[in-house]
Amino acid sequence: MIIALAGNQNSGKTTLFNQLTGSNQHVGNFPGVTVDVKEGIYRSDKSIKIVDLPGIYSLSPYSSEEILTRDFLINEHPDGIINIIDGTSLERGLYLSMQLLLLNIPMVIAINMMDEVFANGIVIKTDSLSEFLKVPIIPISANKNEGITDLMQAISNLVNNRCAPPKQDFCSGAVHRTLHATAHILEDHALRANVPASFAAVKIIEGDEPMMKDLALGKNEKDMIEHGIVEMEHELSLDRMAAIADMRYQYIEDICKLAVVRPTTDRHHSRTIKIDNILTHKFFGIPIFLGIMMLIFWLTFGVIGSFLSDLLSSAIDALAKIVSAGLTSFGINPVVESLVIDGVFAGVGSVLSFVPTIIVLFFLLSLLEDSGYMARVAFIMDKLLRKIGLSGKSIVPMLIGFGCTVPAIMSTRTLTSDRDKKMTIFLTPFMSCSAKLPIYSVFAMAFFTQYRALVMIAMYLIGMLLAVVSALISKKFVFKGNPIPFIMELPNYRLPTVKNTMLLLWEKTKDFITRAFTIIFIASIIIWFLNKFDIRFNVVQDSKDSILAVIGSLIAPIFIPLGFGNWMASTALITGFMAKEAVVSTFAVLLSTGMENISGSLTTLFTPVSAFSFLLFTLLYTPCVAAVAAVKRELGTKSMFVVVLLQTSLAYTVALVFYQLAILIR
Amino acid sequence: MTLDKLGIGKYGKIIAVRGHGRLRHRLLDMGLTPRVVVHMQRKAPMGDPISIYLRGYELTLRLEDASMIEIEEVSL
Repeated sequence: MIIALAGNQNSGKTTLFNQLTGSNQHVGNFPGVTVDVKEGIYRSDKSIKIVDLPGIYSLSPYSSEEILTRDFLINEHPDGIINIIDGTSLERGLYLSMQLLLLNIPMVIAINMMDEVFANGIVIKTDSLSEFLKVPIIPISANKNEGITDLMQAISNLVNNRCAPPKQDFCSGAVHRTLHATAHILEDHALRANVPASFAAVKIIEGDEPMMKDLALGKNEKDMIEHGIVEMEHELSLDRMAAIADMRYQYIEDICKLAVVRPTTDRHHSRTIKIDNILTHKFFGIPIFLGIMMLIFWLTFGVIGSFLSDLLSSAIDALAKIVSAGLTSFGINPVVESLVIDGVFAGVGSVLSFVPTIIVLFFLLSLLEDSGYMARVAFIMDKLLRKIGLSGKSIVPMLIGFGCTVPAIMSTRTLTSDRDKKMTIFLTPFMSCSAKLPIYSVFAMAFFTQYRALVMIAMYLIGMLLAVVSALISKKFVFKGNPIPFIMELPNYRLPTVKNTMLLLWEKTKDFITRAFTIIFIASIIIWFLNKFDIRFNVVQDSKDSILAVIGSLIAPIFIPLGFGNWMASTALITGFMAKEAVVSTFAVLLSTGMENISGSLTTLFTPVSAFSFLLFTLLYTPCVAAVAAVKRELGTKSMFVVVLLQTSLAYTVALVFYQLAILIR
Repeated sequence: MTLDKLGIGKYGKIIAVRGHGRLRHRLLDMGLTPRVVVHMQRKAPMGDPISIYLRGYELTLRLEDASMIEIEEVSL
């Protein structure tokens, strides 16, 4: 049994999904749908599969998320829908419900945030709402795990009895007549296109183009429908779009008048206003935002993250020494010992020791997102971003990009215009992802010990600066036209729940550790092998004779003008394309050194100037395979190649200019 | 008058939503339909966009788009 979760953004869908599935979830790819939706198994009944659809406000075809949800519901025929609504903004939630009700799929409405509703003094008579809408309505508090069992009971009962919401009229008068007439005319076409006639009729009246195409109406039928709509517009003196929206909200207002009692003041919102008076303050708003970002980076690199990482790397090095001693006393073949110590421990260990830093960064970014502050950042930054041709909404993917480029690119789906989406995706790689952090950290430690923090911050700032410059150039020459309108909900501030935050952190940790033991593990062994043997498969004394050195030396000349034309650097850059943290693990394997000594060994390969040039190159060159694949999924193959080539040639140019100028000045 | 001209802290009742296509549809979907009363909350630090309160939630939009919304000022 497949149950789809549908609801507004910020209605608590992800929280409910996490409660339902526990950790039994993964991102699935559905046939016919080219983008990913999250799916998971209900933990109390393994036969129920839960699909988390993107948060939307309407089933109009105006953003890729709305289209995805609509296509999923219409083409994939889930067995049931759980429509989740934020009880504190009931009206807007029900607006989507009224469209979902027409899909002829068994459905239950879950009114979420009941604890907040209660605390606010709002009374929602769910029984009477349920009578009006003719579907079960279950009050829940997803973050407190209340009402979830009742909810699942209700939806399974409906699905088992194949009990779709009964057909009903939400309106009377002109809209009602037009809807009926239209549904009657297109009935046969709707049947052939496999969409419910009443849903098709509303969409056609709204002027929905994809629906028009799907139904393939004849000229005669189109004329008849158009005639009816024009008559309706005349009678109501409202155009078709407004007439339908008005009809829905009118009905919602009518039933809410009878079923909902609101106090005169909204306590939760009053608290939000107080917080916003500070955080979006006319003069302090922007400085506070910059301060928060600086605090995040300082905590990540300066205080908690690097402390934990140093601790872990010493532990890993100590473990490597013990294992090495054990293997030696066992009298194991030195080549095998080298594989374990110089290959696996050096490579995997160098990446693992950065997990704490990365987790701290993700934790802090998730606090921004879950508390509702990210929406305020979009609000205060919109005007600035508009100057470089984007909208405030683009700030969200970019901030997430400091964590990882892959989810950042996926989050661009919330952008409603292709132009903004494309431009944001092109700019996201400029935001240094957390996997590049080990590279900066190791190099800064080795070459700029005194100015370590400064060099790391410089990397981030240079990335952002080049993003702005690129945006201005592309606004002028490539992405012409106006940015999309910026219409966004500002949710009430909420304390992120411990459970959700922990779950997210666990997912990220698992993700990084899995990568360390798969991609990095294999890459380390391959690098070790290529570095240990020569082309005749003899063990080499000096790695200068190894297979890797031969391959690396072929590429290395390209990087001579940039100052790092040695084969080890070229190899590290190639493995870095698999995963950025592999740059560090590759150096660790090639220099056959643990994390404690890697900085020292690097000084044999680079001068401070060539090291900075190398950092500039790694900051800007092509995103890793996973990110490139995400670009391909969102924008297609051509854009993917454009991103790879553009980033790499920019990286080359910037590093070249820097290095040549630097040696000239000297 | 239009929504972008409404003073901070003032209330306005929507008369009509102008414009066309996706922008207009989005405004209507978000509940900006005729007769609904909106409460002007604040302006962003740089004067644009604005934030309004309606139907139990807060919505932000740009002055340019708000100028598509015709309102009459009301007092509550």
